[in-house]
Amino acid sequence: MSASSPNLAAGQLRESWPPLLALAAQEVFSLMLGSRLVPAREPFAEQELAIASIVGLAGQLCGVISIRCSPKSAALMAAKMLGVDTREAGPEMWDAVGEVCNMIAGNFKSKIVGMGDACMLSVPTVIAGADYRLRTLANSGKTNIHLLFEGLPLIVSIEVHN
Amino acid sequence: MDNMRVLIVDDSSVMRKIVARSLRQAGLNIAQVLEAGNGAEALVVLQQGKVDLVLCDINMPVMDGLEFVKQLSGVENAKGVPVVMITTEGSEDHVVQALSAGACGYIRKPFTPDQVKEHVLPALAGNL
Repeated sequence: MSASSPNLAAGQLRESWPPLLALAAQEVFSLMLGSRLVPAREPFAEQELAIASIVGLAGQLCGVISIRCSPKSAALMAAKMLGVDTREAGPEMWDAVGEVCNMIAGNFKSKIVGMGDACMLSVPTVIAGADYRLRTLANSGKTNIHLLFEGLPLIVSIEVHN
Repeated sequence: MDNMRVLIVDDSSVMRKIVARSLRQAGLNIAQVLEAGNGAEALVVLQQGKVDLVLCDINMPVMDGLEFVKQLSGVENAKGVPVVMITTEGSEDHVVQALSAGACGYIRKPFTPDQVKEHVLPALAGNL
């Protein structure tokens, strides 16, 4: 792995980040949950997505990657990860959503040439509730990817410092 | 190896359960799975008894996986025990640090049970 090209990679490939992020999410859901994420045809009403998980990026790539979903989606993620019923998995949904976001961020980072050693991930933070604003130091604008997880809305986002 | 005692170190309880399930799917005969939420907790577990295998995350609060592996050399119960890292941090620097500190394998999340098997069985074979 070359550590000499992160600036080049980050600059030239930024336009390709949304599809790479979508691919990273799809791989995580396929491998760890046995589910196929599909693109949503229309954007969702974000206020319905009351669970959010955020992983910070620091270093060459600085900002946050987040996922947002409904409590029902979060419980279903936990159930699929653990191979149990959603009622049984409910208490684990916070942990599951955090870990899913963590894996998506790590998988995304690994798809950008030279970013492996140049970007660190924070441990995930999980937020419950929809009535909040998240302000980061990132100034590139947020890219939202609207996906469907077992027919339920899921937004994967990236926001990075220019 | 029969009736193995395995220590799984990860700050995610969901991930600890997934790793345990993957080990069983890999055909390992596991008698007991011990769990720890970070490196410091894992060191306490190891001071209380021997295990046959350790699987450890890197990015954890309190004590991360790299520091945990470095401190294992001072733990009598950990001598000769294979340690396989399982983490989202796939950087070359982390891999080198983990292997230099004494880890014998590295699995990147997300993973399949087959990938766990591919890395864990050789690690155990080196210890038989």
